[in-house]
Parts: sequence; C-alpha cells; structure tokens
Amino acid sequence: MLEDARLPGLVGPADCTIEVDERTIDARAGEPLAAALLRGGVVPLRHSAVSQQARAPLCMMGVCFECLVELDGVPNVQSCMTPVREGMRVRLQHGARKIGGAQ
Amino acid sequence: MADNKQSSAEYLVVGGGVVGASIAYGLLRAGRTVCLLDEGDDAFRAARGNFGLVWVQGKGAQCPDYARWTTSAVRGWGAFAAGLEELTGTELQLQQEGGMHLCIDEDELEARRTELDAVARSIGETYPYEILSPAETRRYLPAIGPRVVGASYCPLDGHVSPLRLLKALHQAIRELGGSYRSGFRITALAHRQGRFVAESAGGTVEGGAVVLAAGLGNRELAPMVGLEAPVKPVRGQVLVCERAQPFLPLPTLHVRQTGDGGVQIGDSKENVGFNDGTSVDQLSRIAARALACFPVLANTNVVRAWGALRVMTPDGLPLYEQSTSCPGAYVVSCHSGITLASAHAGELVGWLTGGPAPGAFKSFTTERFHA
Repeated sequence: MLEDARLPGLVGPADCTIEVDERTIDARAGEPLAAALLRGGVVPLRHSAVSQQARAPLCMMGVCFECLVELDGVPNVQSCMTPVREGMRVRLQHGARKIGGAQ
Repeated sequence: MADNKQSSAEYLVVGGGVVGASIAYGLLRAGRTVCLLDEGDDAFRAARGNFGLVWVQGKGAQCPDYARWTTSAVRGWGAFAAGLEELTGTELQLQQEGGMHLCIDEDELEARRTELDAVARSIGETYPYEILSPAETRRYLPAIGPRVVGASYCPLDGHVSPLRLLKALHQAIRELGGSYRSGFRITALAHRQGRFVAESAGGTVEGGAVVLAAGLGNRELAPMVGLEAPVKPVRGQVLVCERAQPFLPLPTLHVRQTGDGGVQIGDSKENVGFNDGTSVDQLSRIAARALACFPVLANTNVVRAWGALRVMTPDGLPLYEQSTSCPGAYVVSCHSGITLASAHAGELVGWLTGGPAPGAFKSFTTERFHA
C-alpha cells in the first residue's frame, strides 16, 4: 500500500487557477505546472511531433521532455520545470510546433 | 546465406561509413562477394555527423570533371534511392526538387553568379541553375528575411536523411549476403600472391581485391598497398533545432528542415586537427547567419549541437586510384559521400570490377599532387 509521502510544503488547498485550453483547473502557486496538470486530469498532455502519439509527463525532473506545453504563447515549455503562477494560460500541443507566428 | 564472420571474399571494403557502404552495396548488387571492414565506435565518423545534402551547385568551378562527376551522381540519386528503399523498406526522406544558396550580401551573390557561370560554360552539358531576386527567392521560401539579397537555385539539388541512408545501406548489405566486421581496426594489410590479407586484433580476413574507403583512416592505410591518400580533417559544426511544422520547402546550403521536422543548421569549416568538438564562437556565427536568412527561427529551441570531421584532400577534389604495385587495391577518398553515394554504388563499381575508369577519373588521381 502506498503511503502519502508528499512534501509538507506541497500539501494543502488550491490557492490559484490556471487555464488549460478551454478549461480552468485549480493549482497551488509554486508547485510544478506538470504536477498541477496531472492532478487536474490533463492526460494525455500532448501528442508527439512525428507520430502523433499520446504523451504525459514522465520524469518530472527536466530530462525526458514529455511534458511540453505551450505556455502563455511560448511553445515547447517543460511544464515540470515551470512553477505555477496565478492566471497561466496553457495550450496543449498536438503535433509539432510552428516556426514563428502565433500558434 | 553468408556467415557474418566469413574470413574471405572477392572484395574487402575498408570503411563502414556512407562511402564504404555505398561501394559494398554496389559490388553486392553486381554479384560480387564482399566483406565490409569497419572500425569501432570510437572512430571519427563523418557519415554520422554530416548535413545530408545531395548537392551539385558550386561543385567543380575549378574542375569540370568534378562538376560532371557530381552532376551525374545527383542525376542518378533518385533511382539509387528507389532501389535501396525497395530492397530495405527504409524510407530515406530524399527530397530532390531543388536547393538554394541564400546570399546576405551583394558581393556574395555576385561571386555565386560568377562561379556558376564558370561551371555552366566549362561542363560541356546542360547545367541548370538560376540566380534569383529576393522576390523570386521568396516564392520558393516564404520564410526568408529582409537581409536576403538573392539566391542561387539549382533544380538538381536536394537532401536526404544521412542516418537513414547509412542504416539502409547496412541493411541492404546484410540482405544481399555481404559480410560485415565491426571493431576491425586494420593493423596490417599485405599483398601476397595476388591476394590481400587484412589483419586486426580481432582476426584476419582475405580478399582478391581491397577498396580503401576509410575516410581519414585512408591516410595510414593507403601506403600499405602502394597508394597514397593525403587527406586531412576539416571540422564542421552543426546545430539542430526542435521539430516543427514544415516551414522550409527546399533545403538551403546552410539551413534545412529534416523529414521529421527538425531544423539543421551548418556549416563551418575549420582546420583544428582531430578535434571533433564544438565551439561557442562557431555555433554563434552559424546561428546568426541562419537568423539573418530566416528571422522566424528566433524563438526556436536548439536541442543538439555537434562537430564532425570532413575528409579533405589538398584541393578538395576526390581521389580514385588503383595501385600499380599492388593491382586490385583501390583508394576512394572524398568529402561528399552523400552526394556521390549513387555514383559510388554505380559507375564506380564498373571500374572496380574491371571496366574502364569513368572519364572524369583522370582528374582524380594523386598525379595532380606531384605535377
């Protein structure tokens, strides 16, 4: 049986919201964005650039690049390395990013 | 089915990069038995670091034979790729609908015009190219920036995935019954009673002929069979950006978008000996040039950078020669192994199997270094 081993600082009620496509999900300021997205049930998080396969955050430490999202207009941001801020606007990526211009 | 460890073959091909593998593939298709001898993974491998252009424009401005040889190779690339894809099922991502050399100052554009005019006048055959205005260039490549003053365009040019090509060649060699030995660093190569014996720490193999296609390794190997290969390393550095939706319909000399969407940016030329590392000054320079051509790349993430060593003769032309003291020993050295792959699997094989040397080869022996 798994024990609840979350760090005390990360346990507690939501204190802000972020937008994910057309949804709003609850989050805690300062927690990794990928954690908030996982907890909010945003899975799959993206579809891969070449083969359009469903993906979700894996390593949660900046290595695997599976947790990429478009954040406030910037594509391919590693959500596991980005602390949550109130009012973030996340767009989920399906396939490769565009070069230049708005997504 | 050939045993992968067989110890003799009609042909020993030394070097498992694109050059050696193209030759081995061509020999096998011609019905010969081949043993391909490859060094270890610590070898300097131009085949695993290059840019993937199938490119003729600008080649041979000083040497019509080189212009003819590369043009013929590029014209034969489509059929070569189709044969390899059919045999292996590996998609090579060849796109050959023309290539661009973008210029960001007028002097550079004028130099291109002069150079391509010279090739077209001396080659003695149709040599299609155009010098394009910025507006004409933009019709092919909408993403160019305001600093581009024009471009040279050649409809024969294109690009391919060099790694898929290398993989497909090795797959084809296996399928055609070729023998492949890796970790086979040659310590001695002897010519005895008309046979060639190659020795390494891992064993000995024997063949009726030997083709040296070992890149920079040819320098040491060639003298063992009465040949010479005065090749030196010239480093190129490459940046690769994250995969993106298609934005670049044609490859350019310095920036191309791969079949999987990654953006590859080159190229630099440095004489730094056997150092295949990277340097911030060169990478910054090539990134700045790419940005001048394509400002839309400004917010694209770079995901990898590497250096690799080109194989250069003193005049940059290839080297094809048969040994007079050890008949049956051949040396093949060049820096455009991708562009020439089709010719290496085709016309070159005719010569290696006893046919006449292609006409251009009179310009490609080491005699030119002793004149």
